Formats: sequence, C-alpha cells, structure tokens
Amino acid sequence: MTVAIGETEKKMAGAPLLAGILGVLALLSMFAAAATPDPLFRIHAYLLMAAFTLGAGGMVVGISTGGFRETDRYMDGVIRAGAVASMFWAIVGLLVGCVIAAQLAFPDIFYFPDFGFLNFGRLRPLHTSGVIFAFGGNVLICTSFWVVQRTCKARLFGGVLPWFVFWGYQLFIVLAATGYLLGITQSKEYAEPEWYIDLWLTVVWVAYLVTFLGTIWKRQENHIYVANWFYLAFIITIAILHLVNNAALPTGLLSTKSYVVWSGVQDALIQWWYGHNAVGFFLTAGFLAIMYYFVPKRAERPVYSYRLSIVHFWALIFIYIWAGPHHLHYTALPQWAQTLGMTFSVMLWMPSWGGMINGLMTLQGAWDKLRTDPVIKMLVVSIAFYGMSTFEGPLMSVRAVNSLSHYTDWTIGHVHSGALGWVGFVSFGALYMLFPWLWRKQGLYSLKLVDWHLWIASTGLVLYIASMWVSGIMEGLMWRAYTPEGFLQYSFVETVSAKHVSNVVRLLGGLLYLTGAGIMAFNLWKTVRMPSVAAGNSPVDALPAPNPLAPATLPAE
Amino acid sequence: MWKQHGKLERHSLLLLIAIVITVAIGGIVEITPLFYLESTVEKVEGMRPYTPLELAGRDIYVREGCYVCHSQMIRPLRDEVERYGPYSLAAESMYDHPFQWGSKRTGPDLARVGGKYSDAWHVDHLRNPRSVVPESVMPPYGFLAEKPLDYRRIQDLLRTQRTLGVPYSAAQIANATADLEAQADPFASVTGLRGRYGQKVLQRDFDGDPQQITEMDALVAYLQMLGTLVDFRTYQAEAPANRR
Repeated sequence: MTVAIGETEKKMAGAPLLAGILGVLALLSMFAAAATPDPLFRIHAYLLMAAFTLGAGGMVVGISTGGFRETDRYMDGVIRAGAVASMFWAIVGLLVGCVIAAQLAFPDIFYFPDFGFLNFGRLRPLHTSGVIFAFGGNVLICTSFWVVQRTCKARLFGGVLPWFVFWGYQLFIVLAATGYLLGITQSKEYAEPEWYIDLWLTVVWVAYLVTFLGTIWKRQENHIYVANWFYLAFIITIAILHLVNNAALPTGLLSTKSYVVWSGVQDALIQWWYGHNAVGFFLTAGFLAIMYYFVPKRAERPVYSYRLSIVHFWALIFIYIWAGPHHLHYTALPQWAQTLGMTFSVMLWMPSWGGMINGLMTLQGAWDKLRTDPVIKMLVVSIAFYGMSTFEGPLMSVRAVNSLSHYTDWTIGHVHSGALGWVGFVSFGALYMLFPWLWRKQGLYSLKLVDWHLWIASTGLVLYIASMWVSGIMEGLMWRAYTPEGFLQYSFVETVSAKHVSNVVRLLGGLLYLTGAGIMAFNLWKTVRMPSVAAGNSPVDALPAPNPLAPATLPAE
Repeated sequence: MWKQHGKLERHSLLLLIAIVITVAIGGIVEITPLFYLESTVEKVEGMRPYTPLELAGRDIYVREGCYVCHSQMIRPLRDEVERYGPYSLAAESMYDHPFQWGSKRTGPDLARVGGKYSDAWHVDHLRNPRSVVPESVMPPYGFLAEKPLDYRRIQDLLRTQRTLGVPYSAAQIANATADLEAQADPFASVTGLRGRYGQKVLQRDFDGDPQQITEMDALVAYLQMLGTLVDFRTYQAEAPANRR
C-alpha cells in the first residue's frame, strides 16, 4: 500500500483499505438495524452506523485532500488526541462518581423515579468504566505511543493504524457507556459490556498490540526500554484476561443479550482472576510503565536500579495473576484456592514495594526539585500512594482481616487510594509533561495552578479514604456485633443509616478531587493557547546522553 | 543472570513469549482444577434450572445492576448465618450464567431473601424503598411495574442456557412461553409448570396487577425463589461428599 514519495514524506499505509472496511461495516450496521427484533440492539446498530460512516467519510476526505502523509519523524497527532480525550474522560468519569456518591448520601434528592436509567445500579458501571477504561485507557494508550516512539527512536508502526486504535477505542467507550444507561450489561464487574462490544474491543486491542510491537520491531535502539516491558505485559495480559472472562454465547445474532459461558463457582474465580488483574495489569503494570518513563524524565536522573527493575517486573507479573481468589474469601470457592490467593497476595507486597522504591529512589540527587516543581511533587505523591495501597491490599487479603473488610466500604476506600492517589496522580503528572511537549511550549501555563490542583485533590483524597475507612470498619463491626444476651445487636438498616455522615464526607472528598481536575483542564487549555516555541528549541529536544551501563533504564529520548 | 536478561531486552518476541508463560501459570493452576475436582460443587437435592419467569426476572436483576449493592453469598460466619440463613453452597449457583455473588453490601445479602417478605412488600419496596425502610439508600424501581415484560424471545434464552450446560429439557423449552404465562396467573392451570419444574414452584400474580405480566412480576418471582431450592433440614454438611 505504501507509495514512497521521499525519504521523509510518504503516504500513510492502509488508508484506502481502512476507508473501505469502514464503509462495509457501516453498511452491515444498517442491515443489522433493519433486521434486529431487539430495540436496544437497534439503537447501538444506528450508533455503529453513524460512527463507521463518519470514519469512512473522514478517511475519504483525508485521502483526497492529501492528508495522511508522514511528514514528521514521530507521529504525535494521535497522541495529542489521546491527551485531550484523557482529560475529557477524567472529568466525565469523576463527575459521574460524584453523582453516585451524592445518591448514597442524599437518596431523596438524587434519585428520579421517572428516570430509571439514572439509578445507582446503572451509573456505577458508568463511573468505574469511565475512570478506569475511558480515562485510564486513554492515558495508557497515548503515553505508550509517546514512550515507545521516543525510546525506540522510531515512528509508530502501521500507517493509519494508530488512528484506528484511538477512534476505535473511543467508539468502544461510547458503546459501553450508552449500553450501561440503556441496561445492556453482562453484570461482570469491570467487564460489563455485552458480547458485540467485547468483540469490537478485541479488534481494537489487536490493532493496538500490532502498533506497539511493530514500533518496537522498527527500533533503532539495541535494548527495549524498561517502560516498554511493562506496556507490553499490560497489553498482552489484558488481552488474555478479556478473552477468557468475556467468553459468552449471544441469545441471538442480532440481540444484545448473551449468557456467559462459565457459571457459579468457576465463573466467580474467572471473574476475580480477571478483576484483580485488571487492577494488576491495567492499573498497575501500565501505570508503572508511565512511572518508568516520566519520573526519570522529570527528575533528569536514570532509573535508580536496573536489577531491581528486572526483579520486580518479573516478580510482579508472575505473582499478581495468583491474587484473584482473595476477593472470594469465605465464599463457596474451595478453601485451597482461597489460601493460594491469600498467600500470593501477601507475597505481592514485595515486588510492589520494589517498584515503589525504584520510582522514589530515582529522585536520588534530585530531591531538591520537590521544593520547586509541583509536577514532580505530584509524581512522588502518586508513588507514595502506590506504596500505601499495595501495603493495604496484602493486609486486606488476609482471611481474618477480610472477614471484616469484605462487602464493606473499606474496599471502596482501598480502591480509591490506589485509583485516585496512584493512577490519578501519576496520570496527571504525565499529562502535565505531555501537553507542553506535544504542543511545543516552553512549559506549562501555570505551575502555581498545578500546586493548587495537587493540594485540593490531595485533601479530597484524604477525606475520601478516611471516611471510607471509618464507615467500612464501622459497618463491618456492627454487622458482627452481639448483645450480651447473644442476639445480633443491629439490624442491617441501622448500619446503613450510621454511614450517612461518612457518605457526605466522601461526596465532599470526591467534589474536591473533581475540582482539582477542573483546575488542571483549565491549566492545560491555557497551555495549548500559549505561543509555541520553534522546532528544535523546545525542552523536549534537549536529550540526556545515553548511559551505556544501564541500557534499558534510561529513556533514549 | 543479569547478562542473560539482555537477550530478552533485545528480542521483543522472546520477551513477549516469556511474559505470556509467566502470566499463564497462576491462572492455570488456580482455575483449571475447579472444572475437574469433583469436590468443587456439593451434591445436593432440589437444584433445578430457573423457570422462564424467574429467568426473565434474573435478567432484569442483572440489567438494573442489583449485584452492585447486593451480594448473593452468605459466608460461614456466625453473624451472617444468623442474619441471613444457612451459608451459601457452590451448588446453589451452578446454573448461574453469570454468577451473582456480588462484592459489596450497600444493601443486605439476597441469597436467601426468597419467602422472607410478602410479594406486596417487595412491590412497595421496589416502587419506593423509603416508604417501607425510611433509612434506605436504594433507588426507586416503580417503572418496572408499568413496563410489560417482553418475553417474545424467551425460548431463545432457555435454548442458549441449554447450550451452555443448564439442563433444560426439550419439554421445558417447548413450553417456555406457556410456563411463563402460567406462573404469573393464579387462575391458570399449574400442572404443566409444576410437572416440569417441581412442586415448590410459586404461582401467583406477583405484582398484584392482573391486567398484564410486567417486569415487576418477573423480578419479584425471581426474588421470591432465591435460596429456597435446597432443603437445609436434610442437607448433610458433614457428609464425606460435601466436605471440602
């Protein structure tokens, strides 16, 4: 497909082919909309038709006007789109989180009997998928595209393929989100989308893997940089988890409804093997990759220890997979499986802290930057929260502790210390660095606003996790409290009303965190509007010299 | 050892294969035995596939995301057994595609909610939870009572479940529509339904609205049978076949 025009400028491969495929898909969606007996499926078929038509139309316009030419050394347009999408979905996902927190705090005000699709049960997956897959996923995809190009000194592989990955992923998000509101769900937590949305994600994910791996194959560096190991482990393992956990049989070819292949106890373990490793590989390995590139770049120091990176990488990905059964303590899952899960969860503490130490100690010799650079402060806070929640996790996986914490708000608090503290802050730090690089600015619009963001969001975060510790441990203790006469002391609903204050504090914490994200969006917007610096003068062009002693631990660019 | 690792850093396919092998081990060791170890699922009397109306109700339970706040898994802890009833067995969810054990109790466990409240209580509670439990934070589900149940494709649902291993008989699939209608109509003949699904099957106008079969009918029918299939007066927890 590729027609070479010159060494530096050639047409992007695959554009006409992709336009054709999208056209055919648009036609198929139209037929599906016409033929289906399922009104919900028809809505999604129309949505798919619109998306594919827009996609094909955009491709045709692009090809005919001479777009899709590879003029630059690196492909950064798709990363710009990903960075903007990340910020957009962050606001959406956090906002929905605040709405559902408000519903639990003030059910009389925030539930609408006439709008059943806004009930907690449908909005909660919207929140979790919004922050994990829409925000987190876009951050991972766009940072990985940046990192793999710079550390391999190679342009993204696949011609238009990276753009297909970006828009295909956004389409997945829109299908999943509208599906939740319409009631299209298979009820597997963090894997709620139905079978046809899962199939579409599979296609997009394979394209993502091909883009990423193809770029590594084109690399001009001898060694594959450590961040790329983590990205690769994330992409590959998520693919495996997704395919096994979502195995389902549709009830009809043109029906939204399917039944999962697995049932009962086997389904439970497969679900939490998936669920815990969505944490382990999506929210940990992927974001550790971000840490391994962006922290050394900002601190201008090489990664602390090459050997520690090797040990903690392999230990982390090996042990994480086993940890799933700790979500099923004291259930009907056989006890040998629970014990295995607990044992490996406790062991997981070590590689997790190995990663934390490697990240924190990278600042060795650059600690003074904490006084002057709020972005590095944000990155350090995120690593500290990573350390905290990966200590809390093994603690909660111990059966005796879990008998108290399971089913309570403590779990919610734990997840948010990891998600808001670690994933959120490390992403914010990376985005604060990416925006000036991508739009070729001297720096951010305002470092002071970054400081405000950091402190407001941190306050919100502390309110959130503290209130959830209180309410979680309280309800856990109330459920098992006995009177001296040997009767259960509290009815269930007494534990619900006892949590009211914590629920209000949690909402406040969430609103503060959302406010921080709003400040960030404003700051980034103003940064994009600043005058650009000429090519060659941007800070991103100043490269550190390669370190021959630790080939895989210093970013090439 | 550190020099050996250099090979993986220079060959992406080697790295890829090493990652796949490393992450495959844990899953294989933990998950595959559950499919062949006979002790995984207890041998119990009384388990049967859901009736068509209950299955439709279960689909609504899934659709509305009830599992987000309600578990269906009573743990063998003193307070849970006293609060909710006998601890849940693996056998009780063996026909659940997917399982509904849940992970959070914003509301109480529902594994044995069947028969604990009247149909009218459930309807009132679903319409406006705070009308019967003032401190509740549950959303209102009044729209279920207005919405006629769409069961045109109920046979497809049963057929799909049978393909996945749920033991629906040919007669159960053939009579799916009739059974669904019979279960929600107290004046219909119940012989066929009970013949196919057992004597314990409830036949009532669950939502109290004789005009039509609504989604409320289906959901309440499902809630009212939850945890009632296994007879715990005769279940031998200490029998060798059930010890795990």
